[in-house]
Amino acid sequence: MEKTNVPLLEMKNVSKSFFGNQVLQDINFKLEAGQVLGLVGENGAGKSTLMKILFGMNVIKETGGYGGDILINGKKVVFETPFDALEAGIGMVHQEFSLIPGFTATENILLNREPQKKSVLSEVFGERLNTLDRKDMDERADGSIDKLGVHIDKELVVNHMPVGHKQFTEIARELSKDNMNILILDEPTAVLTEKEADALLESIRGMAKRGIAVIFITHRLQEILSVCDKVLVMRDGVIVKDTPAADTNVQEITRWMVGRSISGNPSKAAVATAEKERGKVIMSISRLWVDMPGETVRDVSLEVYEGEILGIGGLAGQGKLGIPNGIMGLYEAGGKVVFDGREIALNNPRKCLDSQLAFVSEDRRGVGLLLDESLEWNVSFPAMQIQNKFLKPYLGGLVKWRDEKAIEEVTNKYIKALQIKCTSSKQPAKELSGGNQQKICLAKAFALEPRFLFVSEPTRGIDVGAKSLVLDALKQFNRESGVTVVMISSELEELRSTCDRIAIVSGGKISGILPAVSASEDFGNLMVSNVR
Amino acid sequence: MSELVRSSGNPLMDKIRVFAKSFGLPRLIIAGFLLLLFIMAPFVGANFFTQLSNTINRFSWNAVLVLSMVPMIHSGCGLNFGLPLGIIAGLLGGTIAIELGAVGAGSFWVAVLLATPFAVVFGMVYGFLLNKIKGGEMMIATYVGFSAVSLMCIMWLLLPYHSPNMVWGYAGTGLRTTISLEGYYLKALAGFLAINIGHLSIPVGSLLFFALLAFAMWAFLHTKTGTAMTAVGSNPEFAKAAGINIDKVRLLSVIMSTWLGAVGILVYEQGFGFIQLYMAPFNMALPAVSAILIGGASVNKASIMNVIIGTFLFQGIVTMTPTVMNSMIHMDMSEVIRVIASNGMIIYALTRKSEVSR
Ligand SMILES: Nc1ncnc2c1ncn2[C@@H]1O[C@H](COP(=O)(O)OP(=O)(O)OP(=O)(O)O)[C@@H](O)[C@H]1O
Ligand SMILES: [Mg+2]
Repeated sequence: MEKTNVPLLEMKNVSKSFFGNQVLQDINFKLEAGQVLGLVGENGAGKSTLMKILFGMNVIKETGGYGGDILINGKKVVFETPFDALEAGIGMVHQEFSLIPGFTATENILLNREPQKKSVLSEVFGERLNTLDRKDMDERADGSIDKLGVHIDKELVVNHMPVGHKQFTEIARELSKDNMNILILDEPTAVLTEKEADALLESIRGMAKRGIAVIFITHRLQEILSVCDKVLVMRDGVIVKDTPAADTNVQEITRWMVGRSISGNPSKAAVATAEKERGKVIMSISRLWVDMPGETVRDVSLEVYEGEILGIGGLAGQGKLGIPNGIMGLYEAGGKVVFDGREIALNNPRKCLDSQLAFVSEDRRGVGLLLDESLEWNVSFPAMQIQNKFLKPYLGGLVKWRDEKAIEEVTNKYIKALQIKCTSSKQPAKELSGGNQQKICLAKAFALEPRFLFVSEPTRGIDVGAKSLVLDALKQFNRESGVTVVMISSELEELRSTCDRIAIVSGGKISGILPAVSASEDFGNLMVSNVR
Repeated sequence: MSELVRSSGNPLMDKIRVFAKSFGLPRLIIAGFLLLLFIMAPFVGANFFTQLSNTINRFSWNAVLVLSMVPMIHSGCGLNFGLPLGIIAGLLGGTIAIELGAVGAGSFWVAVLLATPFAVVFGMVYGFLLNKIKGGEMMIATYVGFSAVSLMCIMWLLLPYHSPNMVWGYAGTGLRTTISLEGYYLKALAGFLAINIGHLSIPVGSLLFFALLAFAMWAFLHTKTGTAMTAVGSNPEFAKAAGINIDKVRLLSVIMSTWLGAVGILVYEQGFGFIQLYMAPFNMALPAVSAILIGGASVNKASIMNVIIGTFLFQGIVTMTPTVMNSMIHMDMSEVIRVIASNGMIIYALTRKSEVSR
């Protein structure tokens, strides 16, 4: 490639404020064709916002636009809509997905770029009447999904997809484009297992070779080191470091990110908890099946001991997510679940919640949050509805009035405990950064003070500093309140550092349960033991 | 380059922006236009106080009907295009009250009581239907409203009403299209504590009654059940995961909306002075829907403030435009202009309807 001194992408003094809340300031960087740029920073540092500016997202314009200039090939550009950005060859995988509900994976992947077939009608009336070449579409979608080395059902409609599938579909959509110069990946690996992430990293390398510039956001710093050419570290809306990836390491990046050093590696600190007294069986699951599209559970039998932290791991699509979703009544399920000596009715969320079970869903935008309501509502709602907390009775209990003060108090308590970055407890949930939204989901479950907690992908999108905070909060919750926790995660290391035992799901069945201290390879083998 | 996309960096400008955004630029413009009409009125020979009274009166007739939109919007059932159903319950209440011989202001309360069981039953059936077709509520609602009105067109003729004040004089059966409320609940509320000074007349009783219902609505939305209703509208999946029975909450909201629609039409009639039957209920839904949209509500968010502001702006424009225009062109076109103004507002409002993020 001809070397000129004009970079492919340059940002000059970019700044952004949301009605007086300055979230980006003096952002300057350059990106060359074929370079991979790693963008890291704590939750709420401004990474997604910066990318939304580059991609011309509507929120930016609606909230007063931005300051500074964006130059592509030395020419100043202003993208009014994402279509302008697409036109200019920019692709983006969004942190919170931007798929079209009601369309299948294939349709989403090839939207607006469908291969077309000429028909008699279109010969006469022009190409708007071309029919879609379904076969070619399927092949092309297959091709781009295969690149990721995963199996997902292409016919599944987006609304019914588990988060992992949505993520793959979104990535596959971008990978299948041919006219791209710049690809933005906003936390594409957050719900991927290591193996799946590796396939993605490989694709990124391939793209860079073809001259595409990639901006890659992740909280898994190891990934940055393994694919990126340079690293941009953000803290509180400013770039604090811009350095070649080869010259640095995980500890250093972490220190730049949080402005202090994080003591110890969480994965080592916790292995000691593995040798805990084993309590009585608090939940026994037998012959559970769950009809959750894309995460089917076929036949799961499992015993959970009181007071333990049980991990459930496995590859995407093997059914690990189906277990909590089925037991909590969000998807059609069958089998027998006995909790604390009593059988709980399946397919009835209320019954589970009344037995003091709680669930933090992996689908934070779909199930986890009331995006348009305040943080207060989000945190207090389940506890209010299920346990009559945060209510003031009037007229002898006839009227149950919201106790705004108690609600504010509890919300602020968790904002502090989980270090949630927000302007106030009245801020709408949709205005929070992805990682902070995740923390709200956890706060919601904590506010319920359950006896038994399912957490699904609890650290999805949470930064390295906050990760140990969240996991420690879970552990503390488990230890001090005696809550039994079942944690489902695609990140094996996270499970190993937090859990007492880890069950691996494969092909909709439990393929084995091992103590957390077992070797990674043993878990790896279990994961692929009966993949279908 | 383009100033529009720049953040000003000036905190005052940001404050003004926040205000303009929260109040809504379109509403500012409509409010400005209404103000202009009020200022112009004296110059074109219309009495300011008469005009103000007209606007306030029409506000008092319509406000409860607009309020009836709120529960269904909150539960995510969308705009209640099925309002005619509630109105029919109210009409049944009103006509049966008269048939049973209730007279004077008290007949209003008898009508409300009699309308209630109809509203509850209609609301239950309607709500059941809406629960069957989540996502397409507004279309079904329109259809339900239309069918109900058509069916009642026949029923008004067939039902065994005998009161000579209501039936066609020569045939002795079948209700008239318009029934005067003289001697029944005419001004039943408006007459209570009414203020009449010169050209200014204010129906204090009607306003108080609306305030009472609005307060009850506001209070309901602050209770546990009200909170659940809002959450169901905001994100049904979230509500379901928190153990809420979504169908039950939606059903409740539809019953509430239908009952408020029934009471709303009775309030309208006592102010207006007539019961209008047959196709009349059909024409009540769109103005109510438009008013709440102009008030700043979206398809699944609405507050009491939206109701008050919207009703005032909508009714203000619809009353003031014809008067001012008429006086300006010295020709009696008020009915034509009223139709143009109100339909214009409706079209405008419907193009503005927006949904929230999912
Ligand atoms: N629409 C909005 N309105 C107001 N504030 C917003 C909005 N969107 C983002 N913010 C704020 O901007 C800041 C930066 O958010 P951003 O989403 O860019 O963080 P991030 O670096 O992507 O974090 P994460 O790692 O959690 O995804 C946060 O404090 C957030 O609350
Ligand atoms: Mg982000």
